[in-house]
Amino acid sequence: MQWEIVIGLEVHAQLSTHSKIFSGASTAYGAPPNTQACVIDLALPGVLPVLNKGAVERAIKFGLAVGAKINSPSIFARKNYFYPDLPKGYQISQYELPVVQGGSIVIQADGVDKSIRLTRAHLEEDAGKSLHEDFHGMSGIDLNRAGTPLLEIVSEPDLRSSIEAVAYAKTLHALVRWIGICDGNMQEGSFRCDANVSVRPRGSDKLGTRCEIKNLNSFRFLERAIDYEARRQIETLEDGGTIRQETRLYDASKDETRTMRSKEDANDYRYFPDPDLLPLEISSGWIEQIQSTLPELPQARCNRYVTEFKLSAYDAGVLTSSRETADYFETTVKQLPTQAKLCANWIMGEINGQLNKDGIEINDCPISSAQLAALLTRISDGTISGKTAKTVFESMWNGELDKDADAVIAAKGLKQISDDSAIEKLVDEVLAANAQQVTDYRNGKEKAFNSLIGQIMKATQGKANPAQVNTILKKKLTG
Amino acid sequence: MFNDSLKQLSDQLSAKKISSTELTSDFLRRIKQLNPEYNAFITINEEMSLAQAQTADKMIAAGQAGPLTGIPIAQKDIFCAKGWLTTCGSKMLSNFISPYDAGVIERFNQAGAVNIGKTNMDEFAMGSSNETSFFGSVKNPWDPAAVPGGSSGGAACAVAARLAPAATGTDTGGSIRQPAALCGISGIKPTYGLVSRYGMIAFASSLDQAGPMAKSAEDLTLLLNVMTGFDARDSTSLQRETEDYGRDLQKPLNGLRIGLPKEYFAAGMSNDVASAVDKALDEYRKLGAQTVEISLPNAPLSIPVYYVLAPAEASSNLSRFDGVRYGYRAESYSDLADMYRKTRAQGFGAEVKRRILIGTYVLSHGYYDAYYIKAQKLRRLIAQDFTDAYRQCDLIMGPTTPTVAFNLGEKSGDPIQMYLSDIYTSAANLTGMPAMSIPIGFGDKNRPIGLHIIGNYFKEAHLLNAAHQYQLVTNWHLQSPI
Repeated sequence: MQWEIVIGLEVHAQLSTHSKIFSGASTAYGAPPNTQACVIDLALPGVLPVLNKGAVERAIKFGLAVGAKINSPSIFARKNYFYPDLPKGYQISQYELPVVQGGSIVIQADGVDKSIRLTRAHLEEDAGKSLHEDFHGMSGIDLNRAGTPLLEIVSEPDLRSSIEAVAYAKTLHALVRWIGICDGNMQEGSFRCDANVSVRPRGSDKLGTRCEIKNLNSFRFLERAIDYEARRQIETLEDGGTIRQETRLYDASKDETRTMRSKEDANDYRYFPDPDLLPLEISSGWIEQIQSTLPELPQARCNRYVTEFKLSAYDAGVLTSSRETADYFETTVKQLPTQAKLCANWIMGEINGQLNKDGIEINDCPISSAQLAALLTRISDGTISGKTAKTVFESMWNGELDKDADAVIAAKGLKQISDDSAIEKLVDEVLAANAQQVTDYRNGKEKAFNSLIGQIMKATQGKANPAQVNTILKKKLTG
Repeated sequence: MFNDSLKQLSDQLSAKKISSTELTSDFLRRIKQLNPEYNAFITINEEMSLAQAQTADKMIAAGQAGPLTGIPIAQKDIFCAKGWLTTCGSKMLSNFISPYDAGVIERFNQAGAVNIGKTNMDEFAMGSSNETSFFGSVKNPWDPAAVPGGSSGGAACAVAARLAPAATGTDTGGSIRQPAALCGISGIKPTYGLVSRYGMIAFASSLDQAGPMAKSAEDLTLLLNVMTGFDARDSTSLQRETEDYGRDLQKPLNGLRIGLPKEYFAAGMSNDVASAVDKALDEYRKLGAQTVEISLPNAPLSIPVYYVLAPAEASSNLSRFDGVRYGYRAESYSDLADMYRKTRAQGFGAEVKRRILIGTYVLSHGYYDAYYIKAQKLRRLIAQDFTDAYRQCDLIMGPTTPTVAFNLGEKSGDPIQMYLSDIYTSAANLTGMPAMSIPIGFGDKNRPIGLHIIGNYFKEAHLLNAAHQYQLVTNWHLQSPI
């Protein structure tokens, strides 16, 4: 039987506010345990939550970016359960009326655009952290993270493969960073995924029983966990078994998922509206104001690069994978308006390659877009060849001569020979010294031509303009 | 001096006839002498009270005194006060010393008032007789066999027995007004949102409201002026212009329309209470008011609605008492779940557990719509009844409680009977409207009776005006049991 995999993702994006969602305590990462937990985060008797406006603003920003409806009012609800890292004994979240409803995100998978619908995105607080090691049979509780603002973004079950799921997660990851609502740091837990996975016979329109895989904190784990889980479900069904609805954990060391709790053991969270918080009213004026601060979105920019700069959809997609890359590209191309493709190639090739090699982000790129543009100008005006430019680029990357392309070219004598008469003279010399190859060529040995080019380039240490050399040589040989 | 009004005490303080330190010491002495009998206070902290009195004396000397500067106030043990044991009447918090001040405590501190001690109360404010307190029941100063009412029973007793000139209370279903009535004092629950709930240990967040308890309506105005005001730390706190709640005290009551809900003058009210209320209404007619019969058709549903919503919120509010971070923790347990179970089984009393169970039940999957949602709808209908009624009248009056104070132990085994003692009071919490109780005489066994006055939102000054005019021509509020 042919099986279809159906996936929906729940992503917890930590919002980039300085203070917590319901208290004034700092959200900075990495402080000593419990130093960023105030009386409210500790849930002392009598304390009350006060909503952080910045968190709401970020949620609205997200809603606008995905074309969703901003609900007003939306309602904060209590999700009740006991756990030591949940100080109040309930998590403040949103249940029946989330702040963001609907919307969609366009992903590219296998070179095709696909729109993934969002169910909702709601505001909630994070729990603290339980530490089970180093306490000799006891557990430690760190409440620094308790109350950190999260936006839980829930997709419809529109994804059909682990590749699509990863593409969705990456697109979402890029988007939340692009609009500046989340730093996207996955190591620090700022962007975490839960995957709902089910399988069904291809052609069926009925959803299979799903399992939820919790807390996948890398794109690689997301992909592998889904692959494992889909395989497990298919094998179970093909062996005549049934899938139980349950929550599973992915064990990266064994590359498998295993049962965490079944539906029967699931908590009854007894959601009800939090009486300590009023319904969240959002005025249309506030929405408009946020709309006006929203940057041009990745999808729009990607489309513009195709139409305005005549880039391929693939190139435009790579360049708009992060706002920083896109901005770098635009400031470069601004100085070379007719050479968009050249700029794109260099950023996607040399720049990205070196960044990857050095393990740094484009924000920390040692060569500024202005410096890169200066280098590319010398390619386009024929001062140096593309090949020579790579040597210059390397020197610039290493910080030589203030990363000034012209200075590097001059100092190293890399200026291209583009003077026709000089090249003609060179060609004549090489032809005179290689009479045999000239004869070979004229007798139909095409290979001899390349050999002659090689001789000329060698004689000029690669500085002769290759196009001119080509033209002149051809003229001489056939003339 | 123990019978003096707040105004009289304040005048003596500013005239330097007495210092706050002397006044505070006198009350502390009286508490030490009488509290073993009444059990009105859970905590006395002479050192901290006297330190505040000294600060107040300096304020007075510097000419910075306000109307409450230097005056001892008994604080209900539901308010977190920095450095004070704050128990909420529970074993669960029997070791909890608050590291911070509640909004109400802060306001009294800023006004230069002296915290004279933390008063006894029903555990987590759940009760109508003060018998659910982990720290023992409180006696009604008018009759040691009777309950003082609850949950602010310690506060009502302290004021009635003249252990403090005034006290704070909180009212979720009648917890200020019912004990005020049973102890023969005055108390007001203001409009929901006027007094900060920050640092007031939550019972049912959408119903809880703090208010003052004192001998007279005039005293209440001074206390209310200090207690009310916006607090950004409480999202349900209202942002309003400050008002002087005493501004209308002297207004005559000519033309006042008093609504008498026929549902409240029905079966269930005892004869002694009925006749005292009738006499009080006669007094109001003499003052120029007219009475008009009104109907609040859904008001009789207040108790069932209340006993769905309040436990629902309480079951969640009390989840934080888990033995993990502060308060009581069971001494021995086998694992985490066992620690939770034993801590909560041992730390909470029977009434609190009953309400947590009810609340958990009504919020559970499959029951939520039938109970919680239904109750919320009825809550709106009850509020609508009152809003409609205010087209025919300015204030609503009736008995605060159906009977005078019952005997200690009389109802403690029968929760339904106990719950019914809030039958007239809980509607004001469901609607959020202001309501108060004033003493209007004595009934069976010479136990006090209270008149309940309810007004529309933000009509506190009007309520206090009506109460004060009555107190100008009567002396029930001046009577003291000792």
